[in-house]
Amino acid sequence: MHERGNSGNLLEVKDLRTYFGTEDGVVKAVDGVSFALRRGETLGIVGESGSGKTVANLSIMRLIPEPPGKIVSGSIEFDGRDILKLSPRDLREIRGCHIAMIFQDPMTSLNPFMRISKQLMEMTQVHRGYSKEKAREHAVEMLEHVGIPDARQRADSYPHEFSGGMRQRVMIAMALSCQPELLIADEPTTALDVTIQAQILELIKRLKAETAASVILITHDLGVVAGMTDRIIVMYAGKVFEQATTKELFERPGNPYTRGLLRSVPDPMAEKGRLYQIPGLPPDLAHLSTGCPFAPRCERAEEICTREFPPFVELTPDHHSLCHFANEVYAEAGA
Amino acid sequence: MTEQTQKPLVAVRDLRVHFPVDARLLFGSSDQVVKAVDGVTLDIYSGETFGLVGESGCGKSTLGRAILRLVEPTGGQILFRDRDLAGLSNTQMREQRRHLQVIFQDPYASLNPRMTVSQIIGEPIDTFGLARGAKKKQRVQQLMELVGLSPRFLKRYPHEFSGGQRQRIGIARALAVDPDFIVADEPISALDVSIQAQIMNLLDRLKREKNLTYLFISHDLRAIRHVSNRVAVMYLGKIVEVADAKAVYTQPLMPYTKALISAVPVPDPKVEATRRRIVLQGDVPSPINPPRGCRFHTRCPYAIEACSEVEPQLVQIKPNHLAACIRISPEEPDIERVAPGAAPGLWQHSVNETTT
Repeated sequence: MHERGNSGNLLEVKDLRTYFGTEDGVVKAVDGVSFALRRGETLGIVGESGSGKTVANLSIMRLIPEPPGKIVSGSIEFDGRDILKLSPRDLREIRGCHIAMIFQDPMTSLNPFMRISKQLMEMTQVHRGYSKEKAREHAVEMLEHVGIPDARQRADSYPHEFSGGMRQRVMIAMALSCQPELLIADEPTTALDVTIQAQILELIKRLKAETAASVILITHDLGVVAGMTDRIIVMYAGKVFEQATTKELFERPGNPYTRGLLRSVPDPMAEKGRLYQIPGLPPDLAHLSTGCPFAPRCERAEEICTREFPPFVELTPDHHSLCHFANEVYAEAGA
Repeated sequence: MTEQTQKPLVAVRDLRVHFPVDARLLFGSSDQVVKAVDGVTLDIYSGETFGLVGESGCGKSTLGRAILRLVEPTGGQILFRDRDLAGLSNTQMREQRRHLQVIFQDPYASLNPRMTVSQIIGEPIDTFGLARGAKKKQRVQQLMELVGLSPRFLKRYPHEFSGGQRQRIGIARALAVDPDFIVADEPISALDVSIQAQIMNLLDRLKREKNLTYLFISHDLRAIRHVSNRVAVMYLGKIVEVADAKAVYTQPLMPYTKALISAVPVPDPKVEATRRRIVLQGDVPSPINPPRGCRFHTRCPYAIEACSEVEPQLVQIKPNHLAACIRISPEEPDIERVAPGAAPGLWQHSVNETTT
């Protein structure tokens, strides 16, 4: 164990800007994102495609392909160290050892030509200096831990011999091999069926309780974050639009976009009626206006919204919203 | 099947779609077949949205395509207005296609990238000789307005549109021939949440304005609940439960349906914190060698020995509520109250076993 930072935050992202150069101009995929992750917490990052939720987290791992991408400014403090200033060597130690990531598609993130056991062993051999025998024993243990039946026999299988849900379990086993402090799960269940999704979410919950790791869960599914997270960040057009505890975000959203998003998801337990719909399309990130990027689709928008960029309003110490009318929206939601 | 007095618009009877497995490359020739759809019977009534839900590989898309004969059924009947589509020649079938249309999942793959929007929407109008010249142009423009696209875009190509807009083009194309019945195969799955709501609302409005009947296929249980009047649940090639959407979600009978409904994440932290979730063990078995008896018995928390022997039939358990499970019966529909090991519904299924 290395020494821990003083604050209760494991991760602090400040004013992160990650831009991509394209033929169409500069795409500001992440533009001034700040958030903190407390130790032992599960943080949900919610947004539609193109909202910047994945790019923000790839930036934390410094996995942005350069060019065309570039982290233009900001700081990412993990356990007291700024990831953006680390040498490649220190970075390698952080990745995998202290921060691990699982992705949406387990087939493309596993090496199809390598046995599962070998891919798992690599983790502890590289990061922990385990011997081959010890690494193998550990790999089998990890597979058992994530619920692979007959783990000892199946460890030598190739990824294609496993189903989607099993591959995701392997990915989780691999991610947790070195007991990371932070697990970033990017749409971990989006490619899976709903009964398998339930299995994987239960597994992440159980492992989190056992290892006391902090988790960032990135998803477009408001149902998934409702049951899994302590706090939620809502992203839109590369910006944090709202940040609140999970309970408050669902009960009392302080941003028109969040409110619209919540109302546009059908509740399977409620009576059907006309579904609320957010009009229009997400904005083109290469050609944003000076005002609020959501203004053209916002039912609440007034003249100021298209002209001036909105402030990040503090509604409570734990609840912030990027909106000119945040206080009004919040008051309406509480009424 | 149900007690509805109206005649069904589409009546599917014991429909089967079996695909031979081409495994020559690896093991020489094989006689194995994938029973993608294996004896499906269902009625779809005029004006309703019939939801078909199931996990990947359960055969729901194949069933939808077989009803339109986009894949050829291996057996059974598809009665559309009392006419068996399965028995029609290709020419006869082509005439019927005016009444039966389809909307696909992937709006990127289902539109020809080299055709303009007006050509795409105009093609079925040409095929069936419905309009020409200025009249056709007018009709295409009307269709675009109907689905919420500006007629300014007539000369544009699919790549110039977003996913949601492309899905609107696909819908306009399906509506071009004034069909009665539309199979919507995962029409919103490739879209973002805010766009999904737009497309669901659009389909709902069109249904009312154009008097349409939908077979809405999706793995998204929340969407199915929202759009459907009645819902059928499919597992490994078979329908395991059919009822009103509300009944399926609030009082599911068949254990698989129970697990499926309990697995849907609800966008409400209070509900999520307190609800009981049935987490199924293991994966969906392969449809090449599906389990004997009830196909769900390998994962079913309520399975008894008889479940691996008797193939359950889809029978009425409650009024207008059908389920395929030997462990429940009209007298004892709630499996949690059935005595351990008992199979009160077994007689219904055994009878069917011997008569078929």
